[in-house]
Amino acid sequence: MATITTEGVRHVANLARLEFNKEEMEHFTDQLARILGYIGKLNELETDEVPPTSHIHPHQVFIMGSETEASHVAKPDVVKPSYPREELRAREITAVELTESVYARIAEVEPHVKGYLTLTKDLALEQASRADAGFQNGDDMPALAGIPIAIKDVICTKGVRTTCASKILETFVPPYDATVMKKLHAQGIVMIGKTNMDEFAMGSSTENSAYQITHNPWDLDTIPGGSSGGSAAVVSADTAICSLGSDTGGSIRQPAALCGVVGMKPTYGRVSRYGLVAFASSLDQIGPFTKDVTDCALLLNAICGSDTMDATSVDVPVPDFTQSLINDVKGLKIGIPKEYFTPALDSEIAQQVHTATAVLEALGATVEEISLPHTEYAIATYYIIAPAEASANLARYDGVRYGYRNENPEDLIDMYKRTRSEAFGEEVKRRIMIGTFALSAGYQDAYYRKAQKVRTLIKSDFDAAFEKVDVIATPTSPTPAFKIGERTDDPLQMYLSDVMTTPASHAGLPGISVPCGFVKNGLPVGLQLLGAPFAEKKVLRVAYTFEQNTDHHRQKPKIGT
Amino acid sequence: MEKYEIVIGLEIHAELCTESKLFCNCAYIFGALANDCTCPICLGMPGTLPVINRRAVEFSVRAGLAMGCEITPSSKFDRKNYFYPDLPKNYQISQYDIPLCQNGQVSFEFEGELRTVALRRIHLEEDAGKSIHAEVTGDPTRSFMDFNRAGVPLLEIVSEPELHSPEEAIAYCRAVKEILEYIEVSDCNMEEGSLRCEPNLSLRPKGSKELGTRTEIKNKNSFQELIDAMEYEVKRQARILDAGEEVVQETLLFDASTGKTVAMRGKEEADDYRYFPEPDLVHVQISDEWIEESQPTLPELPAARRKRFISDYDISPDNAEFLTNTRPLAEFFDEAARLSGEPTTCANWIMGDLTRLLNTAEIEIQDAKVTPAHLNELIQLIGDATISGKIAKSVLDDAFETGKMPKQIVSEKGLAQITDTSEIETIVLQVVEENPGPAQDYRDGTKKAIGFLVGQVMRATRGKANPQLVNEILTRVLSTD
Repeated sequence: MATITTEGVRHVANLARLEFNKEEMEHFTDQLARILGYIGKLNELETDEVPPTSHIHPHQVFIMGSETEASHVAKPDVVKPSYPREELRAREITAVELTESVYARIAEVEPHVKGYLTLTKDLALEQASRADAGFQNGDDMPALAGIPIAIKDVICTKGVRTTCASKILETFVPPYDATVMKKLHAQGIVMIGKTNMDEFAMGSSTENSAYQITHNPWDLDTIPGGSSGGSAAVVSADTAICSLGSDTGGSIRQPAALCGVVGMKPTYGRVSRYGLVAFASSLDQIGPFTKDVTDCALLLNAICGSDTMDATSVDVPVPDFTQSLINDVKGLKIGIPKEYFTPALDSEIAQQVHTATAVLEALGATVEEISLPHTEYAIATYYIIAPAEASANLARYDGVRYGYRNENPEDLIDMYKRTRSEAFGEEVKRRIMIGTFALSAGYQDAYYRKAQKVRTLIKSDFDAAFEKVDVIATPTSPTPAFKIGERTDDPLQMYLSDVMTTPASHAGLPGISVPCGFVKNGLPVGLQLLGAPFAEKKVLRVAYTFEQNTDHHRQKPKIGT
Repeated sequence: MEKYEIVIGLEIHAELCTESKLFCNCAYIFGALANDCTCPICLGMPGTLPVINRRAVEFSVRAGLAMGCEITPSSKFDRKNYFYPDLPKNYQISQYDIPLCQNGQVSFEFEGELRTVALRRIHLEEDAGKSIHAEVTGDPTRSFMDFNRAGVPLLEIVSEPELHSPEEAIAYCRAVKEILEYIEVSDCNMEEGSLRCEPNLSLRPKGSKELGTRTEIKNKNSFQELIDAMEYEVKRQARILDAGEEVVQETLLFDASTGKTVAMRGKEEADDYRYFPEPDLVHVQISDEWIEESQPTLPELPAARRKRFISDYDISPDNAEFLTNTRPLAEFFDEAARLSGEPTTCANWIMGDLTRLLNTAEIEIQDAKVTPAHLNELIQLIGDATISGKIAKSVLDDAFETGKMPKQIVSEKGLAQITDTSEIETIVLQVVEENPGPAQDYRDGTKKAIGFLVGQVMRATRGKANPQLVNEILTRVLSTD
């Protein structure tokens, strides 16, 4: 492994078109040395014979996993969303009234939570009226018609500012909608606004936003998780009925756990990434935050499906996910990976998760311990692969065509360097530096290629596990929500927040976090359920059964009291 | 210079003439208003994604097959990272270690011999846009960007360093150009930048096996500039080596106005492209069936066609060269020769009168109203003596103008030859009577005077009399009188 010198850091900064003053340079050199030192643990693994993984589904040829469910006949329940769908249909409430009520709630609690970067009230009321006209006509309205939804500010919304919580895109208004937005608009949803996040989805606390800190509704002194902290917080605070986020290494599941809501990352390739501003393309996936599993299934129905605009979206049939809202887990095998229960895991969380799996076992599931031996390498692998891809994905923010540009550059290179150094936040710069370094001549094999090979090993662990079990259950986060500012000075400590979520990201698996209890100080705990590729239905079924037999998801935070 | 052997390899970039760009639906139109042929995808806007144009892959496979390459069953795309304003994403989607086509060869004639140069690879990548600087705008304080060309599919054809003179390198480039044009995957217009040849050139002591340090030369818009650049570079490197110094491996730009190469960027900016697999694109799977499908659409390549023209049609090598200059011309000749069974006559007509007409009209043969069927009919009319060769020329002119078939023209204009002996004899007698001087000269032994008399008969019949008959009858009349 490399010795990190200031000279080396300067060279990498030049390749990445970033510049640092002397103090920053020393700071970065020190941090990079520590992070890369940690990543050095990958060298413990022998990988000469291991092929690298660059794509989850490289050939797009996918044979659906066995759809055989439990042997006995179990029927799905009648679909009962958390939101007043029947009342809308019966004209007992209008979409405009529903939307107004959400904005009234926003006026009340948003000053405390600060989950939104942009509110689109005029547009929302217009969309609500349109939905009302449909209901008035007695049209056959889609499941999400008239429902107020918040969108993470990393998803492009036509005509509505999309900043990625970055200064570099402060004024960026996309002239196009992401594919998921087209799908949601086809459902007749009401877009409430764009939610706060870690800049370019890089972070685990939403503290890396260039604009504001979002507060966890359960304890305003703590972070909501990240990077989709805004999307999780607004659902928890009832300032949206549901929301969309994006998950690269846990950015949906971890904030869902920390905010006590349901959050799901579908299988990589399930949802089109077109219009999702890329962080790490081989890992990024859009998914829902909802108040319960039923809403989650309904939102998945709306957003899943292959897309000709995204070559990595996979052409497999999209089931009706509400068909998996089955209150029964009899005959299903649930694996508990022993590697997730380390000393670093908060003991109260471990306790809550064990209680949760005991509930499932009592309901008829078979629970067994399994092993995912390469779990401990997932973070090191993630913090090479994601930054490497990000270093290229973020190269386009250069001041040439859109976004922020330095006003007084000396020349072209200076324009690049000043623009990028002034408008990217520290974490984004740190990851661009790590990624550029990991791909640079002389280091690519030791870092990037090595990480790709370990990714293969992590994926193989899951492949083997799903030969034996239907669903894997783990904690979503090693700790409950931590205090604002607690980890900002220690990037490595922050990175370790993703230890429970990154393994499944590497394997492209579907994963959900559902509320499974609270620690003593009242902060929520999440249970993570993972499935084999495209086996969302099994995951939803276990999550639904758990939810129907517990009431954690019905608890509400008392904001500001 | 005698001390050194020149070693040249070439990277040829050819823009594929697909209807849309490599990763989006934009059509590229040369000469369109700046940035008119762009969309969020080729502008690299946030959140946009590339999707591979199937046609571009097909064209690449066709080119690979035409140049004898192995087609890679599963190839991938990679990102090549570097910052430049004409590159919207600041990385180019290209192919690094697994190109679409590998290990081919191109054969061509050079100095009377058949040469075969090995190809290392052919890969597919996206083109960049272009910067517009002060020399165009007159404003030195700012530059403008035109992204119309950004994302246009580019084929990069990489040869082994097996060429040993600038002239031979040009002959190779012409052969590649000819193939690409023939298989209709690129229009290869050098002035419009759709074909770019970048030589890398080094010198080594004669007899040495090791390669010397090479330089790469960019920025040439014609074969003439290419040859000038290589010749200059040969001299420059020879001077450096003669002085006992070392050639620096670098990329050079050729400045046509000074005729010199200049270093493109300094050493401290050493390239580190940080290639890595493009995560937004899945691997390109090319099945045997797909290769099979591409194969039959492969037309006969120029070299093979030339050979066949020489052996099957007994056409001279020079004429074969002319007739295979473009694919439509070769196909025209081939069809006409097949229809008429008279390849030599067809060749003469095509290379003579038809080419003259095409040049005057400034059109290509594929745009002419005259088809191989026209030429065939014309040759049949001469063959059965319905018209003379001279009349045939005017019939061709007419057909070229109107597109009418020769038989129709001959009948409408009454151009059929007079073959009735008595009719000709009447006119001959009349001409002899009206021109006693030349008639007497002939009888007195000035045999060439008959030419004038034949001319007068032809004139009187407006060229329709069969010249051979006129000759015979005149001779008979003048000697018996």
